[in-house]
Amino acid sequence: MRLYAVVAAGGFRRHATYRMATMAGIFTNTVFGFIIAYTYTALWSERPDLGGYDTAQALTYVWLGQALLMTCSLMGGGFEGDLMERIRTGDIAIDLYRPADLQCWYLAGDLGRAAFNFLGRGVVPMAIGAFAFDLALPVSPWTWLAFLVSLTLGVVVSFAVRFLVALAAFWLMDGAGVLQISFLTGLFFSGLLLPLNLFPGLLGEVARALPWSAFLQVPADVFLGERTGWDLVGALAFQAGWALVLLLAGRVLQSVATRRVVVQGG
Amino acid sequence: MDEGAGTGRGAGPGAFARPGPVERSPLVEGVRAYRLIAGMWIRSTMAYPASFAMTTLGNFLATVFDFVTIMLMFGHVDVLGGYSLPEIALLYGMAATAFGLADLLLGSLDRIGERVRDGTFDTLLVRPVPVLVQVAADRFALRRVGRIVQGLMVLGYALVVLDIDWTPLKVLLVPLAVVSGGAFFGAVYVGGSVVQFFAQDAAQVQNSFTYGGQTLLQYPPSVFARELVRGVTFVVPLAFVSWLPALYVLGREYPVALPEWVAFLSPLVAAGCGLLAGLAWRAGLRAYRSTGS
Repeated sequence: MRLYAVVAAGGFRRHATYRMATMAGIFTNTVFGFIIAYTYTALWSERPDLGGYDTAQALTYVWLGQALLMTCSLMGGGFEGDLMERIRTGDIAIDLYRPADLQCWYLAGDLGRAAFNFLGRGVVPMAIGAFAFDLALPVSPWTWLAFLVSLTLGVVVSFAVRFLVALAAFWLMDGAGVLQISFLTGLFFSGLLLPLNLFPGLLGEVARALPWSAFLQVPADVFLGERTGWDLVGALAFQAGWALVLLLAGRVLQSVATRRVVVQGG
Repeated sequence: MDEGAGTGRGAGPGAFARPGPVERSPLVEGVRAYRLIAGMWIRSTMAYPASFAMTTLGNFLATVFDFVTIMLMFGHVDVLGGYSLPEIALLYGMAATAFGLADLLLGSLDRIGERVRDGTFDTLLVRPVPVLVQVAADRFALRRVGRIVQGLMVLGYALVVLDIDWTPLKVLLVPLAVVSGGAFFGAVYVGGSVVQFFAQDAAQVQNSFTYGGQTLLQYPPSVFARELVRGVTFVVPLAFVSWLPALYVLGREYPVALPEWVAFLSPLVAAGCGLLAGLAWRAGLRAYRSTGS
């Protein structure tokens, strides 16, 4: 356990090193936050209470999206490209030789990364957004607590998906295609482009049931106070369920894959 | 298609001028070098045809999702900022195609910071080919054609559906604005890459102006605050890519009071920005100090 805490701290520190990149990222997230916030203002002024949100909630959703973009790796990015490269080059053999579990090792590192991105790239754009627009921030400390739990589960589900994506490299010569599909599904089904409760009919139902909704839509609804009481329990259970299923799938795939590893000396 | 153009060259009037070193203008030389490097990268991408197909489709879809988002919005409303879906499609199509052109030709420039950091930038300086050409053509990604295709499709849809009072000037303005817009975004790419000489991790800032600029231009100016509209008209002249020409074509008034003929200034604005970016690039290259890695 202590080992993984160290790995997580390492993940945090590693991303904290790139100060200039963090500043640039904050700038970009803020610019996009403003652009999208104006389009949502136009949308909600036509149809107030669209998707069950009032305008303040809709704008909060925009800035949450920018804050969680990197935290929950909505569009991918993080360890998976690295891990794929290690699998492709065979460096993975060294990882498997370590006295640590591959999946737990990467999960710990990714949690550290997420923690840094939340503090480094999430909080500042959110604060700027709150300064420029009238946002619906939670008042109850319990809502904040529930949000942090939901956010953590969101990161874990996101990790589990990306771990599966990375392991695909064991079977594919070139992982660019899978990474791209992962990018697309995250972009569309996390609710980054538009809240999933604005998706029509069957598409909306499917989108809300898929694991990607655990990345942004569910934490955002918890933050906005749309999920309370048993509904909140249901939301967290939904995230935890996907986390469990996907982590287990990753575990199975990992053990199948490691049996495929052939170490070529030299 | 590139190959065909290459073999055709020998048959031209210049064919008799060989052999011996031919005096070519730096521009021709640069374009030739770009084609050679880009061609090499295309061949290397084709080594994994399945992956190429997937990433091209993915690139296409990623941009399609942009427009799908707007369509989903119009599932709930009839107008956005006073504009109908086909009208927004015109704005979108022009902006997306313009950006797509720049992204295809110069999109690799956003990796320049990475190259400075890992030291591979230095190797480009000693080669007898313009550095800008080398970096721009580096990892040339044909899959980025997906963005242009999608932009043109939305533009085509808008032009078919919209009931426009066409005049010869309007017919001329649309392609003129798209090409100028591409040049403008190209200038942004070059200017942004100069920043990366000095702030190597700052590629993201460039994205705010390229991807962010395109996103902004997808929506009508009436959606945004007046100050923001002024800013992208007079400070960072994004408005000349699509807003001003498209609003002229649609016969709509621009929220910031400007004479009508301003819509035709896109080529001048693009040329001015290109010149500035070129000067910045030269100055940046001269001031460049290797990290020594």
